[in-house]
Amino acid sequence: MWRIEAPRLIAGLAGFVRDVGLAEDLAQDALVSALEQWPDEGVPSNPGAWLMAVGKRRAIDRLRRGKVLERKQEELGRDLEMRQQEGGSELDAALDDGIEDDLLRLVFTTCHPMLSTEARVALTLRMLGGLTTGEIARAFLVSESTVAQRIVRAKRTLAEADVPFEVPGNEELPERLSSVLEVIYLVFNEGYAATAGDDWMRPALCEEALRLGRVLAELAPQESEVHGLVALMEIQASRSRARVGPSGEPVLLLDQDRARWDWLLIGRGLAALERAEALGGAVGPYALQAAIAACHARARTAAETDWARIAALYGALARLSPSPVVELNRAVAVGMASGPAAGLELVDRLTSEPALAAYHLLPSVRGDLLEKLGRLDEARAEYERAMSLTQNEAQRRLLTERVAACAAG
Amino acid sequence: MRVMVLVKATKESEAGEMPNQELLSEMGKFNEELVKAGVMLAGEGLHPSSKGARVEFSGAQRSVTDGPFAETKELVAGFWLWQVRSMDEAIEWAKRCPNPMEGGGVLEIRPVFEAEDFGDEFTPELREQEQRLRAEIADREQ
Repeated sequence: MWRIEAPRLIAGLAGFVRDVGLAEDLAQDALVSALEQWPDEGVPSNPGAWLMAVGKRRAIDRLRRGKVLERKQEELGRDLEMRQQEGGSELDAALDDGIEDDLLRLVFTTCHPMLSTEARVALTLRMLGGLTTGEIARAFLVSESTVAQRIVRAKRTLAEADVPFEVPGNEELPERLSSVLEVIYLVFNEGYAATAGDDWMRPALCEEALRLGRVLAELAPQESEVHGLVALMEIQASRSRARVGPSGEPVLLLDQDRARWDWLLIGRGLAALERAEALGGAVGPYALQAAIAACHARARTAAETDWARIAALYGALARLSPSPVVELNRAVAVGMASGPAAGLELVDRLTSEPALAAYHLLPSVRGDLLEKLGRLDEARAEYERAMSLTQNEAQRRLLTERVAACAAG
Repeated sequence: MRVMVLVKATKESEAGEMPNQELLSEMGKFNEELVKAGVMLAGEGLHPSSKGARVEFSGAQRSVTDGPFAETKELVAGFWLWQVRSMDEAIEWAKRCPNPMEGGGVLEIRPVFEAEDFGDEFTPELREQEQRLRAEIADREQ
């Protein structure tokens, strides 16, 4: 019940009192009342409306008690007057619409860039996901008191800075939206990185992030990057069953059994990507990454992968945010699309890149291309260099095999 | 977790009677709520079993029987696939569904098997590569 009602309740109350921290306290109070009264009086026919009414009564009590909040009381008075002027069912409809807006305001507030990333994540999962402090702590492998502290501090920061409870204006919107998307994607990745021995709350973060993404896509349907992020997460999540082998070893994308992919999620991901594209082209970083993921998802076998398109998409991504890592990915795609010589040409331009000097994937990609070109001695040297740069056991094993293959070759 | 919510058939649904306008619109509102909450993954209504068929297996034999099928209460008239956090949440949502049948409807909630989705895992190359990439993109966006 709490998880269904919490986000709407907190959002609605925050819209009422214009203070997210206070709104959450009020929501908690309302819940306590519900737990006290419902067992005796029965569950009301509309639990959400009941909680909201109790929360608002508490809000008015508190504001009357606190002299500090005179200004807010003034605002509140105006608000009440306005709402009283509206009539019966129209009022319901207005409140309903209002909630959607309040939810969107709440997302922008809990993901405010003035907060640290950890604080944004904790606050968002707490208020929009309805997770408990304990659940967040277990998911992120930190103590409950750490999370509680982060939340308290975040609320204080927002209150002290008097951060307005609003959807940012056009000028601010791109930056603020990217902060929201970053938080959701970070939650997703945290869940994606979970391992078998972990508490189940960790992998569940993927589901939380997907849900937040899907909710956001309904709240801000006109934002193409929101759909891009949803598409990226749906498609990545579709591979979760296939990316780990029977004894827990990682299975690389091209080696995965595509029958084990979740085709429902792929369908949803492709649909989300279409929405992103329809809203002015897949031109943001999330939509571009989703488009790359979609190329893999559309190929029924690894051999059918449209590498030329992937190479072009990496090119677009590199223009958007130039980075040697993106460039290396592009080289891999070009190598698959136009042959190893073309890929090698691109990789060779990266060998003097300081950012990649200690990056084991550079020699391993270069080794792979050299091996395909039959330059086995050079390939072996590159694999050996890659081995010296990675700490990862599975990768070392893989590289050892390839060194041996070159030596035998 | 995911659950499949099965809408059980009734005499009326098996007779092909369509839900009335009011129910359709209430159901539409309920579905909208499910979507807005990020719960709805899929959902469809099914034609009566008279339009269906069964393929039955017996060893190597396959035999086909056309509908309709007799045991009305065991039949399914529609389904949803929901993403929820727990059975409790699924039950709470199911209770909020308008009565799906004019007589008396039944919703059956069944958790979907989630095969060992998350096995013990090293960091695969591509994954690490992707993460770096993302980190860089994030850096640039800040």
